[in-house]
Amino acid sequence: MTELLQQLLNGLSLGAIYALIALGYTLVYGVLRFINFAHSEVFMVGAFVGCYIGRLAGAVTWWSGLAALASAMLVCGVLGFVIEKIAYRPLRGAPVLNVLITAIGVSLFLQYGGQLVFGATPRTFPPLFPETRVSLGSLDISTNQLIVIVVTTVLLVGLQLIVKHTRIGTAMRAVALNPKAAQLVGVNTNTVFSFTFVLGSALAGAGGVLYAMNYPSIDPLMGVMPGLKAFVAAILGGIGSIPGAALGGLILGAAETLVGGSAFSTYKDAIAFGLLILILLVRPAGLLGRATVEKV
Amino acid sequence: MTSPACRLLPFLAVITLLAGCGPKDASAPATIKIGNMASTTGKDATYGQSSTRATRLAIDEINAAGGVLGRQVELIFEDTQSKPGETATVAKKLITRDHVVALIGEIISSRSLEAAGVAQALKIPMLTPTATNPAVTATGDYIFRACFIDPFQGSVLAKFARQDLGSKRAAVLTSISSSYSTGLSQVFREQFTAAGGEIVADQKFAEGDKDFKAQLTAIRSANPDVIFIPAYYTEVALIAKQVRELGITVPMLGGDGWEAPELIQIAGTAVEGCYYSTHFSASSTDPKIVDFITRYRARYDGQTPDCMAALGYDGVYMMVDAIRRAGIAEPLKIKEALAATKGFEGVTGRIDMDANRNASKPATILKIEGGKFLYLKTVAP
Amino acid sequence: MSRQHAALLAALAASIAVSAFGGSINAYFLDVAMTAGIAIVMAVSLNLINGHTGLFSLGHAGFMAIGAYLSAAVTLFVGPHLVGPSPSVITTQFIFLAALITGGLTAAFAGFIIGLPSLRLKGDYLALVTLGFGEIVRVVFQNIPALGGALGLNGIPPLTTFAWIYGSVAVTVFTISCLVNSTYGRGWLATRDNEIAARSIGLNTTRYKITAFAIGAFFAGVAGGLFAHLRMTIDPRGFDFSRSIEIILMVILGGMGNTLGVILAAILLTLLPEILRPVAEYRMVLYSLLLIVLMLVRPQGLLNVRFGKQSKV
Repeated sequence: MTELLQQLLNGLSLGAIYALIALGYTLVYGVLRFINFAHSEVFMVGAFVGCYIGRLAGAVTWWSGLAALASAMLVCGVLGFVIEKIAYRPLRGAPVLNVLITAIGVSLFLQYGGQLVFGATPRTFPPLFPETRVSLGSLDISTNQLIVIVVTTVLLVGLQLIVKHTRIGTAMRAVALNPKAAQLVGVNTNTVFSFTFVLGSALAGAGGVLYAMNYPSIDPLMGVMPGLKAFVAAILGGIGSIPGAALGGLILGAAETLVGGSAFSTYKDAIAFGLLILILLVRPAGLLGRATVEKV
Repeated sequence: MTSPACRLLPFLAVITLLAGCGPKDASAPATIKIGNMASTTGKDATYGQSSTRATRLAIDEINAAGGVLGRQVELIFEDTQSKPGETATVAKKLITRDHVVALIGEIISSRSLEAAGVAQALKIPMLTPTATNPAVTATGDYIFRACFIDPFQGSVLAKFARQDLGSKRAAVLTSISSSYSTGLSQVFREQFTAAGGEIVADQKFAEGDKDFKAQLTAIRSANPDVIFIPAYYTEVALIAKQVRELGITVPMLGGDGWEAPELIQIAGTAVEGCYYSTHFSASSTDPKIVDFITRYRARYDGQTPDCMAALGYDGVYMMVDAIRRAGIAEPLKIKEALAATKGFEGVTGRIDMDANRNASKPATILKIEGGKFLYLKTVAP
Repeated sequence: MSRQHAALLAALAASIAVSAFGGSINAYFLDVAMTAGIAIVMAVSLNLINGHTGLFSLGHAGFMAIGAYLSAAVTLFVGPHLVGPSPSVITTQFIFLAALITGGLTAAFAGFIIGLPSLRLKGDYLALVTLGFGEIVRVVFQNIPALGGALGLNGIPPLTTFAWIYGSVAVTVFTISCLVNSTYGRGWLATRDNEIAARSIGLNTTRYKITAFAIGAFFAGVAGGLFAHLRMTIDPRGFDFSRSIEIILMVILGGMGNTLGVILAAILLTLLPEILRPVAEYRMVLYSLLLIVLMLVRPQGLLNVRFGKQSKV
């Protein structure tokens, strides 16, 4: 029983990271209607920025850790803006397949470019926050894991606030529902698109730092698997739905951890894709999504 | 209407014939060409760079001393980029384009296997300095290695765990993505059980995994007194941290894949008091080793050579020694000379080539203490 | 006989002729040429799925893996069991043929299975499912000890010759070209151009999509078998997402749906790594830049040369 609870606790922290990355995917897909393959590389860049700032900081305090987190989010936000401007905006209106391929191109460019710039061997991620182990009875959790859960919750709540209670958030929801109609009522779709990208990328950056905090070995290809799994989580919860992304992330994190501790641990990676196929066959809209009908 | 593609096809075949034909190169080159394959980029770059630094040092020393058989030795290097599938092409290129008489490489078991097939088919002797999986030399009689094989390493570690650490309940965490790991793991489990111990947990993970808490929680419940992790340092470092994070205090044990300064950099205090087997110890007082370390440091900015470097160095010297004994730089004669290697004194110990073309030589066990790799003992075969 | 059949026979004859001269061709060059041939088969088969039918499959390497493993299993395990340890040359060739076809059929079956969920999925979702499929295949093979597990399979007999590869190239191109240019093939093009319109005139687009997957997968499986018997060893990690990406790049560069363009692109993208070997680190960076620039500037492909009048559906 204790083992099961410990596994679930581990799954919670892993799931929180997937949720954070999934939020970025779901935002972009909801508003722009395509899978941003480059999202996983923005995640990776966030980790590297965090690494760099962490090394600069020298001392390990709460403030330095927060500074690393904030700078990663800032840099990734800018990166997202640049990618959207250069690679995606010119293709507005092109067939979805073309944009998808471009996204894959950007993703590969960042991966292999990263290998050129940072080298392919994994490097050590410095500790950002003072770390201790906390025991809750016979369960163990580290403060890093707790920070992941707390930060994810804060960002999640913040995101909901932005989307539900600000003008730009309303604009985002309008564009997600019907871009043409939104334009007709005066929404500047370009601004909304850019803002969505910046927001999603900032979240990916935060995810990168939190991930690297817990698994302190980073390399330019580190984003591929977590990115894919996070996208599965987004679909699982219902693409376009923010609570859905969170839920999907948690479920995936738990499932993966439980499988990882069982006899089938080496099939861990396959679990995410198995779940994906299952949900797409059974309920393509996802758990919390709305089914859309394609109108001709 | 015939598709243009269909019409192209017959011409493609003929073009290949015409373009590829050429006279066979018959002249004897002025230098003796040896091919060297290693992964200096990609995920195994650390190992590859270490190995190639040493091979270059060795070649330069040999050439400065006059070369072999009156000719200079030319080492033609190709990067395998840590990619599966790339090594076979590289080997073919080295053999048929560059006309090497022998190959040194690759450094990782799975890629060495790829190259071995090619080398054996094209009858060029190949010496891998560091691949430890037995299947590599089993490919054929042209394939040799300069290091011990995993069955030996595994039984050394199993004995060490039982006798020196007094362990009775071992947990094993294997990487199913690497033939090195699965091979070593299997031998350890067999030998440990044969010596009277019990394997209380047998968990697995895949390459690229970052989170091992699930497997480690299961291991924790089994209450082992040692954890055996036959994997490469990148994963071992993360595993070790998580082992300590879960409150497991027992020592961890591993193989030569652990050897890299990054292990201590990433894992920090998590690997204190842990042990692993390797081919060579940089803190040894043996004059031959000290001399090698001094020359390596002088050339490469004070960096200390690790086992990959030491074995790479020995590999080159072994090959050149074989060429000298063969009396002629011809693949067949070199192969026979390699097979007859006896009493070769390298920096990694005394090397005798056994009947399976594996090196019979001792293993070194190191302990991690005070943030350093310390020499513990040597185990002879 | 028709011109297509004549072209096919000429190609087969040329392949066998060239192979007979195999000894005087530089082995490295031959290796590159054979690798190019395998790439052509992979690219043309993917072109059927992505280019002619308009689906977006990102897991083509998975079909190749299935073909590679199954065909190797036939030559390594089943063959000796059936005909004993030293079969004659002719028998070996037949076993090889059987191995290739087994690999192809198993891959086709897998393609059929993947085709089923494609019924309900649009562009990007399908892409993800196929990507996931590719990964699952890799994970599964890594976990089967009988097929070598992490080590992969080695000691596969080197039965692939130039004749086999170019013979397969000829058959693949011939089959797919003829199918696409036939009445049946119009169904694929219709599905690509406007699925709803195609449906509304009574075409069973579901069936077309599934057959596209199955046929594409079959040839990818054959390519996998040829690959396994060329390299003599297969590593499960060699069939990952980046392998699928290389093939996709060939299809896009050649122009989706343009068989000749795709063949040229496949040859080019096999030669390029060899030419770029001195700057191998930059290769993937250049490839990705190429992808981006292509999509921005000329999405219809760079090498889509068209001879004569090609009717646009």
